[in-house]
Amino acid sequence: MYLNQFLFLSAVLFCIGVYGVLTRKNGVLVLMSIELILNAVNINLVAFGAFNADLGGQVFALFIIAVAAAEVGVGLAIVLLIYRNRRSIDVTEADLMKG
Amino acid sequence: MSGTIATLLATEIERPSIDWHAIAPELVLLGGGALVTVIDLIWLERVRKIMPTLTSLVFLAALVPVLTLWGDADALPRGLWIIDGTEPSAGVWEGAYVVDNYSLVLKGLFLLSAYVIVLLSTNYMSEGDYHDSEYYQLISASVLGMLVMSSSRDLISIFVALELVSIPAYLMAAWRKRDLKSNEAGLKYMLMGVFASAILLYGMSLLYGLAGSTLLSDIATTIDIGESKPIITLGIIFTIIGFGFKVSAVPFHTWAPDTYEGAPTPLTAFLAVASKAAGFVGLLNVAIVAFPTQADVVEPFMWVLAAITMTVGNLIALRQTNLVRMLAYSGVAQAGYMLAPLAVYSGLEDRATSAVVTYLVIYAAMNLGAFAVVIIAARKTRSGEITSYGGMFNYAPGLTVAMTLFLFSLAGIPPVGGWWAKFEVFRVLTEGNRASGIALAVVAAVNSVVAAFYYLNIAKQMWFMPTPDGDNSRIAIPPALTAAVVLTVIATIATGVLPGLVSDMTDFVNVAAGQ
Repeated sequence: MYLNQFLFLSAVLFCIGVYGVLTRKNGVLVLMSIELILNAVNINLVAFGAFNADLGGQVFALFIIAVAAAEVGVGLAIVLLIYRNRRSIDVTEADLMKG
Repeated sequence: MSGTIATLLATEIERPSIDWHAIAPELVLLGGGALVTVIDLIWLERVRKIMPTLTSLVFLAALVPVLTLWGDADALPRGLWIIDGTEPSAGVWEGAYVVDNYSLVLKGLFLLSAYVIVLLSTNYMSEGDYHDSEYYQLISASVLGMLVMSSSRDLISIFVALELVSIPAYLMAAWRKRDLKSNEAGLKYMLMGVFASAILLYGMSLLYGLAGSTLLSDIATTIDIGESKPIITLGIIFTIIGFGFKVSAVPFHTWAPDTYEGAPTPLTAFLAVASKAAGFVGLLNVAIVAFPTQADVVEPFMWVLAAITMTVGNLIALRQTNLVRMLAYSGVAQAGYMLAPLAVYSGLEDRATSAVVTYLVIYAAMNLGAFAVVIIAARKTRSGEITSYGGMFNYAPGLTVAMTLFLFSLAGIPPVGGWWAKFEVFRVLTEGNRASGIALAVVAAVNSVVAAFYYLNIAKQMWFMPTPDGDNSRIAIPPALTAAVVLTVIATIATGVLPGLVSDMTDFVNVAAGQ
């Protein structure tokens, strides 16, 4: 196994994730795309950790998994709130204010 | 088998002794926040009224160990562990958490800002029939993240601190559950914030891979000799972009005005001051401690970021008719001034850090004050439009004078605080006598003039325009809000008249070395 295989997979996942965040209108799908980016990060960290023979990368990955769970918990709560009030989770429809 | 267990039971494990004093501020805040939560769970509605008082006492209690640590200056900098010859080594986490002058100033700033924000929230929350107990618990959690952020010198703890600051803030931005604007504020802030953390993490994973360590000081030494310049550059740029979202730097600022307008106004003050400061602290830690040798990558990027942030922020602020949105864009522009010292930091690490921290301290005082006046005025006018501030001098002369001071300070007019903050930034920019620094100083100077125009326009409304509805009866200001305005006025004037107060505190030595 070579390090670049993992890095390539991670880079592809990262790009799919960023594409999803930028193009998806469904709030839940945007959150899923962000999860893809986070998984790309985890692959990177674990692969680099194995490559450098350092446990820090795996510890970091565990922290990311835990924090991402909290983030998605809060994110889904907010999407649910939007759904209750608007009957839609299309994030492009939330445009009362135009930044 | 039983023999092994007996050996295990008999073997004494030596652990490094923890420096309890060094982490006392965090522990007090954690314990106090937990206590407030438990009190709320037991007595529910009966203690709702005293929640703000309890929370502000927790913040003030956490300030005590910050002051005692500051007083014990000889022992600084200190870490999580007490390290001397006889103690076992702290191992991998050594140097990941540093308590020095720099982090103590920031901890004091965060705790005092949080105290003022509780004062601002008291009446807003109790009159709006929101879930106020939970609101204060979330604020404590978020402030705990800020305290951790100011001491973190490690990628993992910086990331955890950043999320601890942000996740409660996502919830609080959407606090007015039935209000579509507040929902939208929470949604935009959450999506952009989570996306930004993901980008930041990708950058961090690349940096970790090249350095083989999550410690910032290790990253500084290892990426210096690395040959993978493109990957290092990618890692640095992604990391800076991640923090750029948090500090609302252009072009990553798009969430800020909408979130500021839709969120409850005290929470807007929290985001605009404390949360933004936490983002800057993370950025400073990373740039100064981890990238001192990568100035050729960081400086040009920061230069562009600072220049467009101040210019775009000011130009859009000029057109705003809603005061909260105007303050949001002016906050974007102010973030540009705060980024400027990082465009010339190589060789001037300590001076650049102290300029940014000075700016953060003074900005906190004047911006919290401006938001306090906005909250008080909204109790009468029920509107955030700039025209609704007409004739304020007739019914609230004291408040008008206070707001004028804050606006003068934001515009950078002596003798109130803001001029000193800008002066420090200009001094760092011109100190190295480099063309890039001087060019950025010119951009900042032109922007300050543009900014003065829209700040003074509000002062003009308040002093010279007629009251829109003609009702000039005096308004009653609740004591908590009066206290907030008085505190911020004192801080704004004191930092302007006696700039030594701040510059003595922010006279950092060797921030980059950490310990």
